[in-house]
Amino acid sequence: MKRSIIDLWVGIFVAIGLASVTFLALKVANLTPQGDNNSYTLIAEFDNIGGLKVKAPVKSSGVVVGRVSNIELDTQRYVARATLTLNDQYHFSRDTSAEILTAGLLGEQYVGLVQGGEEENLKPGDRVQLTSSALVLEQLIGKFMTSFAEGNNKAAAADAAAAETAP
Amino acid sequence: MMLDNLLAPLRHLGHSSINAIWKLGMMSRFLLAILAHSGQSLLRFQLTIREVYFAGVLSLIIIVVSGLFVGMVLGLQGYNTLSRFGSADALGALVALSLLRELGPVLAALLFASRSGSAMTAEIGLMKATEQLEAMSVMAVDPVARVVAPRFWAGVISMPILAALFNVMGIFGGYLVGVVMIGLDEGTFWSQMQNNVDLHSDVINGLIKSLFFGIAVTLIAVFEGFDATPTAAGVSSATTRTVVTSALVILALDFVLTAFMF
Repeated sequence: MKRSIIDLWVGIFVAIGLASVTFLALKVANLTPQGDNNSYTLIAEFDNIGGLKVKAPVKSSGVVVGRVSNIELDTQRYVARATLTLNDQYHFSRDTSAEILTAGLLGEQYVGLVQGGEEENLKPGDRVQLTSSALVLEQLIGKFMTSFAEGNNKAAAADAAAAETAP
Repeated sequence: MMLDNLLAPLRHLGHSSINAIWKLGMMSRFLLAILAHSGQSLLRFQLTIREVYFAGVLSLIIIVVSGLFVGMVLGLQGYNTLSRFGSADALGALVALSLLRELGPVLAALLFASRSGSAMTAEIGLMKATEQLEAMSVMAVDPVARVVAPRFWAGVISMPILAALFNVMGIFGGYLVGVVMIGLDEGTFWSQMQNNVDLHSDVINGLIKSLFFGIAVTLIAVFEGFDATPTAAGVSSATTRTVVTSALVILALDFVLTAFMF
């Protein structure tokens, strides 16, 4: 085997390796160079974030406009404070509301932003005033059970009243 | 006499434990010797390039073909299971994550051990059996620097490249089955993958894994060759030991690395 042929093949081999790593980084892991200048952050506080995770998408009308970059517990007031990093080309009015929604029945949770009507926009670092928490299944079932039990009690009381009036 | 018979199994156990530890110690010293002689072999880099050709380039076919088929199987099985839960959209993420984190590095290392590791052991063992290594020593050429170190570095260089290529081919196989054959949406396939794969924790960690596997497999291969009994039977059993030990070490090391990384 000639030395030049071996060199050529090893060169091809290493080039294939570099191309593979580049492909994995760019196409599979979606490494896009992200400077701080093309995004800004907003703060949203929720009573309960449910299963929201860091890097969950922030959507408005279903369009991804940013990501949740940080989640922490505010130990002063005991609410969850989520930091939303939004793309610089999307701005929202000061009375925008944020809610935690679920994609599909078992899907991941994301933050939905609904644009308000005010003229002035939220500035970087501002807090979203109107928020609504995630739906927690246990609480939902709990509420349903209480209202169901109350309904039963009312129906029983009505039956009893009817029985009394009837001779 | 009675006591002797009773103690025989214990003695056997003790002997094999001491042997195993002795071998581990020899292997560590061998690694140090390789590293100490690496300067010389890196200066004559042509030797290493030649070994990269034999260890890496000639493994391309098997890596490409197996990667493609592993990805296609992942695509089929993943689709069958995911579609039961109505989340076939996540197929891209499933294929990419399982390949990048586990299957790519581990399977590429197993293939590399059986394709190139065994060849290295057989070659070095045969050199020893035909007294070529001793001839080198007589000519004041250090066999570790001339024969072992280039092969070691060739393995360490080739392994991450082969694992990355295996990953790419596997993802392409999953794409072929998921998008081309079954007809999932192409955009969803890629965007689910990109949303769920992290450059550092998935791609880089997988490559670090394959680097460790490369070091382990090549070290075992060259050590077994160098340590082989210089007979035909000795070389053959050394080759077998390389493949078996490499497979066990790869899987055990994979568990340890996964526990540390994820």
